[in-house]
Amino acid sequence: MVLTWRDLAIGIALIGLAWWALAAAVSNPAFPGPLPAADALARLLVAGELAAHLAASAWRVLASLAVSLVLAVPLGLVLGRKQAWDRVLAPAVYLLYPVPKIVLLPLIMVLAGIGEVAKITVIFLVIFFQLLVTTRDAARAIPVPTVLSVKSLGAGEGDIYRHVVIPACLPAILTGVRISLGTAISVLFFAETVAGTSGLGYAILDAWHRAAYSQMFAAILAMSLLGLSFYYIIDLLERWWCRWQYL
Amino acid sequence: MIRLKDVYLEYLTAAGPVAAVGRVSLEVAAGERLVFIGPSGCGKTTMIYLMAGLLAPTAGVIELGGRRVAGPDPRLALILQDYGLLPWKTVSQNAALGLAVRRMGRQEQREIVRPLLAELGLAGLEDRYPAQLSGGQRQRVALARALALRPAYLLMDEPLSALDALTREHLQELLLEVWRERQVTVVMVTHSIEEAVYLGRRLVVLSPRPARVQAVVENPGAGSPGYRASAEFHRQCGRLRELLDPGEQRQAAAR
Ligand SMILES: Nc1ncnc2c1ncn2[C@@H]1O[C@H](COP(=O)(O)OP(=O)(O)O)[C@@H](O)[C@H]1O
Ligand SMILES: [Mg+2]
Repeated sequence: MVLTWRDLAIGIALIGLAWWALAAAVSNPAFPGPLPAADALARLLVAGELAAHLAASAWRVLASLAVSLVLAVPLGLVLGRKQAWDRVLAPAVYLLYPVPKIVLLPLIMVLAGIGEVAKITVIFLVIFFQLLVTTRDAARAIPVPTVLSVKSLGAGEGDIYRHVVIPACLPAILTGVRISLGTAISVLFFAETVAGTSGLGYAILDAWHRAAYSQMFAAILAMSLLGLSFYYIIDLLERWWCRWQYL
Repeated sequence: MIRLKDVYLEYLTAAGPVAAVGRVSLEVAAGERLVFIGPSGCGKTTMIYLMAGLLAPTAGVIELGGRRVAGPDPRLALILQDYGLLPWKTVSQNAALGLAVRRMGRQEQREIVRPLLAELGLAGLEDRYPAQLSGGQRQRVALARALALRPAYLLMDEPLSALDALTREHLQELLLEVWRERQVTVVMVTHSIEEAVYLGRRLVVLSPRPARVQAVVENPGAGSPGYRASAEFHRQCGRLRELLDPGEQRQAAAR
């Protein structure tokens, strides 16, 4: 379901209220209330500095998501359709899937440097497997008679993907993207605090070092704004591509 | 003409080969309407897949109009009980799928599909999705998709068994009408004795798995007006019931 502005306003009001009450109870300069944070967010975004960090983070999430989708979706669709391939690759996937890829960050930085490539690579490594497994399971769940009935119309392998497999898996793929997005942002935060001088993770850590707490919360708010925008776009795409699911 | 010669099929399962069709030989003449009936799990769907070229027989030969079947054939259309329609396509997209797969232009597709949908009582529903249709409407769309290809052979696997009694009778009439007008060769599977006798000019009773031809019943009255109410119809149903489950008939007679 696509978020309406009214739902969003209610959500923001609820979180704001809880935050305000909590901040009042804690009453510590390290934990400012929602108003000083929102004020800092507005000022810093306009000043451009936070906007640049936001853009850097958004780009990293987008790039790693794009690379993961381009590699995981086709592979997942094929593995879901071709049991023989899946039998060969599934053990490797299951061995690698649970390894916390974030532990590879130091190694990746040695190999790829501390720039964009390392950050995008580590996010990719984490979400690639989520997307692969989600897509494969969706492709595997397509009933055989559905495929056979379309084959009887003279459909080749390409037609089967175009008319059956891809549309059937699209809702699951978008759900996979939603789940991966949360993961991607957490991994991004970690990667940005470890190295580099750009991105919201860096901005949060930097503000913390300077004891600039409203700035720190402004960056945290920017991070939630980033996630929110991505979720909103995914919801819109789903509405558009998977209309048959919303009748 | 469809010809099966000593057709035998084994599924390879983890537990070893399972024979689903055992040495079936049969001829279906052009324009004929043949109905398969047999106990559930006996291999009816498998027979349909074999004739449609979706499964290759383990042994034996299947010919369609004199040519050996080696894959889906453009002269043949298939209708399955469920799964036939794609939920993500509208009524007209579903009906046009076979044409789209054959790379026909959009305009040309529309020219074929529109009147066909109207003929089948689906006018005005072109932009609906299958989930927005009744069971009867869905099977009409499946019929439209098959007929859009102007097939010479129409295979149907229990096309009406998910429908309530009244809708089912409506669709039986529609099928008879459509077959009469198009001179297609029809092979249909059903597990309903009444449906078999009402629709099938020749009734082939299959044995429990692996499917073999147990009996062939000529049924010249099929599809004639008022047949359902005739004594002949009931006699034929009784005959079929006897052939399908002789044990139960004897027990019933003894009681
Ligand atoms: N893909 C398959 N692999 C193994 N066994 C199968 C497969 N499909 C069907 N069977 C088995 O073959 C037999 C015949 O199946 P089917 O042709 O679907 O029967 P029917 O349509 O008459 O109910 C059944 O016992 C079924 O379990
Ligand atoms: Mg069956």
